[in-house]
Amino acid sequence: MWSYEKRLQFPVNIKEPNAKLAQVILTQYGGPDGELGASMRYISQRYSMPYNEVAAVLTDIGTEELAHLEMVSTIVHQLTRNLTMEEIEESGFANYYVDHTAGIWPMAAGGIPFSSTEFQSKGDAITDLHEDMAAEQKARSTYDNILRLVRDYPDIYEPIKFLRAREIVHYQRFGEALRIVQDKLDSRNFYAFNPEFDRCKE
Amino acid sequence: MMNEKRKMSSEQRQLYHDIGVISFVIVEMTEYLDTHPTDRDAMDYLNHYVRMQNQAMREYAMKYGPLRISDADGCSQNEWKWATQPWPWEGGC
Repeated sequence: MWSYEKRLQFPVNIKEPNAKLAQVILTQYGGPDGELGASMRYISQRYSMPYNEVAAVLTDIGTEELAHLEMVSTIVHQLTRNLTMEEIEESGFANYYVDHTAGIWPMAAGGIPFSSTEFQSKGDAITDLHEDMAAEQKARSTYDNILRLVRDYPDIYEPIKFLRAREIVHYQRFGEALRIVQDKLDSRNFYAFNPEFDRCKE
Repeated sequence: MMNEKRKMSSEQRQLYHDIGVISFVIVEMTEYLDTHPTDRDAMDYLNHYVRMQNQAMREYAMKYGPLRISDADGCSQNEWKWATQPWPWEGGC
């Protein structure tokens, strides 16, 4: 069950449309290291997770990622509303426009549609938590790349900087979750096989 | 149909900002407590901000309209403001 709050996690108020930057930032909605994949990854991994604290981390970070997805969508929306036909034609936005007009649709900057192949739910606590830590770092790298492109646009820079900082905090929390899992492995599971599926022989 | 752009008074803007700050503390402390579930000080800190959030959300709903359904009874006007007021992605706040 979820409930919605009618506000953004961090304010987004962009005054000038910019279809060129919108196409780049859209990748953090539906790209390989975007917020949609992040949220679906953590929310999907919860069900077979045998440790309650780790399921809590996956639930709460997976929920926060939905709020990030809303922020990224808002940035793209505000960068693409009120565009003139000339701006659409000159900014390279025509290829997106022809399929989606100024609607928000999840895809990577290079045009590849969002796909669940961009994340894993492996049913192995150790494998999944390593994937989650890597995912946070990949998203952080992407936000760093975006920050270099938007350095002259403070309206865009500030919310992207906030999102980047959250990747670092989430990386920390997933590291702690992995430590919790490893602390629960006993001497018979020294080589860290799948604690969700394999059972040690008594 | 184009919606009317959100125009906030400075008082409304301040309360909306405060709710954002308070709510951020709650998100951050929730995730911290997930991996530190016996930290009493952190639980007290979180509970303090939860009370602040409820108070601020309630006040906001009464003055300007609800940000969550549980406060939708806080505005007495004969209008379902949850639906008729601007959505967060419209900006201007």
